[in-house]
Amino acid sequence: MTLHAIGRPLPRVDGPAKVTGSARYAADFNQSGQAYAVIVNATVGLGRITSIDSARVERMPGIVAVITHRNAPRLAYGPHKSYIDPAIGERLHVLQDEQVRFHGQPVAVVVAETLDAAEAGAAALAVTYAPERPVVDPSDPKAEQIVPEAAAQPDARIPADTSRGAADNALANAPVKVDQTYDIARENHNPMEPHATVAAWNGDRLTLWSKSQFIVNEQAEIAAVFGLPPENVQVICPFIGGGFGTGLRTWPHVTLAALAARQVGRPVKLVLTRKQMFFTTGHRPRTVQRVAIGAGRDGRLTGLVHEGAGETSRYEQFIEALTSVTGFMYSCPNLRTKYRLIPLDIGTPNHMRGPGEASGVFALECAMDELSYALGIDPIELRRRNEPEIDDAETRPFSSRSLMACFDLAAERFAWSRRTPEPRSMRDGRLLIGMGAASASYPAFHAPASARVRLLADGTAEVEAAASDMGPGTYTSMTQVAAEFLGLPPEQIRFRLGRSDYPPTPSHGGSWTMASVGSAIRAACLAVQEEAARHAIADQRSSVFGAVLDGVEWNEGHLRRRGDTSPGQSYRDIVASAGRPIEADASTQRDPEVAARYSMHSFGAVFAEIAIDPDVGTISVRRIVGAYGIGRVINPRLARSQCTGGMIGGMGMALMERTALDPRDGRPVNAHMADYLMPVNLDTPLLEAHFVDEDDPYVNPLGVKGLGEIALVGTAPAIANAIFHATGKRVRTLPIRIEDVLTA
Amino acid sequence: MIPFTLEKARTEQDAIRAAATGGRYIAGGTTLVDLMREEVERPERLIDINALPLGGVRVEGSDLVIGALARMAEVAAHPDVQRLQPLIAESLIEGASPQLRNMASMGGNLLQRVRCPYFRMLDAACNKRDPGTGCSAIDGLNAGHAILGTSEHCVATHPSDVAVALVALDATMRVRGPQGERRFPVEELFRLPGDTPHLEHTLLPGELILDIRVPGGPYAGRARYLKVRDRASYEFALVSAAVALDLGGGVIRSARIAAGGVGTRPWRLRACEERLAGQPPGRKAFEAAAEVAVQGARPLQHNHYKAELLPRTIVRALEMAGEVA
Repeated sequence: MTLHAIGRPLPRVDGPAKVTGSARYAADFNQSGQAYAVIVNATVGLGRITSIDSARVERMPGIVAVITHRNAPRLAYGPHKSYIDPAIGERLHVLQDEQVRFHGQPVAVVVAETLDAAEAGAAALAVTYAPERPVVDPSDPKAEQIVPEAAAQPDARIPADTSRGAADNALANAPVKVDQTYDIARENHNPMEPHATVAAWNGDRLTLWSKSQFIVNEQAEIAAVFGLPPENVQVICPFIGGGFGTGLRTWPHVTLAALAARQVGRPVKLVLTRKQMFFTTGHRPRTVQRVAIGAGRDGRLTGLVHEGAGETSRYEQFIEALTSVTGFMYSCPNLRTKYRLIPLDIGTPNHMRGPGEASGVFALECAMDELSYALGIDPIELRRRNEPEIDDAETRPFSSRSLMACFDLAAERFAWSRRTPEPRSMRDGRLLIGMGAASASYPAFHAPASARVRLLADGTAEVEAAASDMGPGTYTSMTQVAAEFLGLPPEQIRFRLGRSDYPPTPSHGGSWTMASVGSAIRAACLAVQEEAARHAIADQRSSVFGAVLDGVEWNEGHLRRRGDTSPGQSYRDIVASAGRPIEADASTQRDPEVAARYSMHSFGAVFAEIAIDPDVGTISVRRIVGAYGIGRVINPRLARSQCTGGMIGGMGMALMERTALDPRDGRPVNAHMADYLMPVNLDTPLLEAHFVDEDDPYVNPLGVKGLGEIALVGTAPAIANAIFHATGKRVRTLPIRIEDVLTA
Repeated sequence: MIPFTLEKARTEQDAIRAAATGGRYIAGGTTLVDLMREEVERPERLIDINALPLGGVRVEGSDLVIGALARMAEVAAHPDVQRLQPLIAESLIEGASPQLRNMASMGGNLLQRVRCPYFRMLDAACNKRDPGTGCSAIDGLNAGHAILGTSEHCVATHPSDVAVALVALDATMRVRGPQGERRFPVEELFRLPGDTPHLEHTLLPGELILDIRVPGGPYAGRARYLKVRDRASYEFALVSAAVALDLGGGVIRSARIAAGGVGTRPWRLRACEERLAGQPPGRKAFEAAAEVAVQGARPLQHNHYKAELLPRTIVRALEMAGEVA
């Protein structure tokens, strides 16, 4: 019997630590002698600091330091950009000048003996400003669209403009067409755990216990900010209480914690408040998109135009894949996309679960639904008629594409056949019932990654990588990968992550952790087996002594000559004989030749049923059923959990989430968990996630395509389409609230 | 949080004496502690009244008497409340979250502060928090604000659910202070903002809420609370309606209606009640009555929908009440 760890619904290996409280998050790493830092945020949306009365606060009890741009050292801010940072522009430099660029920008940090004293000092710090009126709304007449410079480069991954055929002509001549604008609100990530950093200096070496989804980049960035060699900075983050992308970049509070610790000569702990999580830790940008689709009466698309613009800050150009999916989702000979930015007086947005795709697919999939009604063709049939043979944007085949298989599976589980197509035609008593569907897609990325495996004397193995686990179950799924390739039971694997001195890995986002880190772990397992085999072959006491490498094989953690049925040599035997642990590192990346041959994406189909009270407009989601083609599923229990979490995120996007900025001063007025609405348990219906069998030999050696993002993509348009089906009213602005459907 | 002292009151007299000299009562603390953390409330001295014998629910004749320290969850689950005044139970269950309902007292619920975001942000102008500084909401983001009872100084909505039901049912409250005991309708607890929005209620310094009395009547069997909101729990009403009908002889003998989410205080709608009296129950009569609910409403830039939603909510609540067996 062969052990198979991959594909098993293993419970979370870190579950007991989490539920018993022994899992330590960044803010749990209290250091002896630590002081507490509290950030003071700008209360104007634009302008300049004219005075700060530090002296009064410095005299308050327990205050250790008040650090402002007046007394902060000029930091090195050496050049550093990872792929997670906007390519154009420069990060916010904190406490380096008197400029206020957006509401909530840090203007001071108060350090005290206790958190209470630091909070009191921060509240008492009088800062005066010469304020100006900021522009914070893309529809403000003073807001302008610009061409994103990075997207205008040739071969940009996110191109500003693409075109094939003659899209506008085709649209003009199409017998049936839709042409609409979709507006999606700014959202903030709002993970349960706020950002937190504990910073401690030892000479010119800095240790940061800090919430991060990209540990090695946090190390590199803080090294650049302070002008240190990267090896002088150690970042530690074993657990993350939810991320959704907010932990991808290293935000100003990390610099402030390190700066404060250096200024006061002792460790400093800095935890953001919930309100501060709306200021300088990124957000899903508000987007405004036009989608126009022309079709023949047979439903075949003849022309498609997708023009989208997203907000960004004045100091960085944050870009995301807003229009990227449109080029390959459906077959259409004439197609044009255009992507622009709208710089505003706000903090820089960043990636939020399903970045770009979630917003872009919403517009495209609502437009497809609108077209299905204009044509009188079932929405699934419309997609079937436009299923492409290859990726028409890249003009190469898909490594795998199961979109219609996903529609078929999900439609059956959802019982789509019970739906009557006419809007307002389905009722349950007084309630209007609506059923909607949407396609989903997200790229199957793969980034260079590395890992280390160490075989120990007791026959178990340690695996290390500088990865993160923000909740999808990285600890568990990587344990399964190592168990699979070492042929050990998962209990005999200890996987460690979350330290910058472990082998480097890419950012924990973009649905590429399993593809990248998992492939590296697989390679490290194979490498350590080869290393162990070399020892055994050279060991006179070993049953495989004298064999050649090709003449031996591993099975369930035992090394034998090929065809031999003896017990062979176990890891324990070989390590004992070697007299020390046997270790191997491996680094992997996608084969560029394969990458150039295939277009690699996950696909999915999402169905939603909603009920609307026609009297008072309340919208409730009754069911969501999704089917996904994501390559191999490492752990179906974790995968389903990730999908249902993504569906709930999509529900929030569709019906609740909106960070409302006061146009007068750029203030987020709902920066509070009671005011920034997200679904609660009572809103959350039956959620079903299914996976179609998909064998993709091209994406990576594990055959995985990633799941975290596509789990959210597709949910919001399915719900919006269901709302139209229920009411006959098309709402093209997210979130869709009671006031939008009241008069439907 | 700003340092404060906490005293545990052993007797009512101790509590009232301490409050008369500047102490603030604290029971469940779900509003007060929350606002203290944000430094919107800055009491120096708190008087913990949880040890006082002001809890429980009892029945006196046909009246229901609810102790000021009874917890929302306890009252909602109480068999006498569910039997005699199901409207009270329903309005409580629709409020807050389970965790908050376990902590929050009935007296504290009536005194909870408003949910206006500008009230909670120290750096925003707010006449309620800092008299004379101006109102940020009137020209700001005011989708959640009131359309009835507003002034040019304040447009914040009263947040309580159960207060709406109590006002509809003509509940009274008993309070005791340095000058002795008095009883008055719950409705009279709440002030309109006028030009003094920082004064929210009519309690005199040191007065302690003892209990709330809900009179029995012909309404209890046909009474419903309908709360319309953007998520199913832990969210304030966009609009809510507490309605109670006394039916007989094929007509509405009389009705009680109050609305939440729309007024600067729980908003009794006597004009609607009068329109229903003597009418046969049904959508036509309900709609005719509900249309007068918005008389005098002054919607702001972002909350016009409330003027549309209020009559619809009342109609639907009346239908639900009419359906009650």
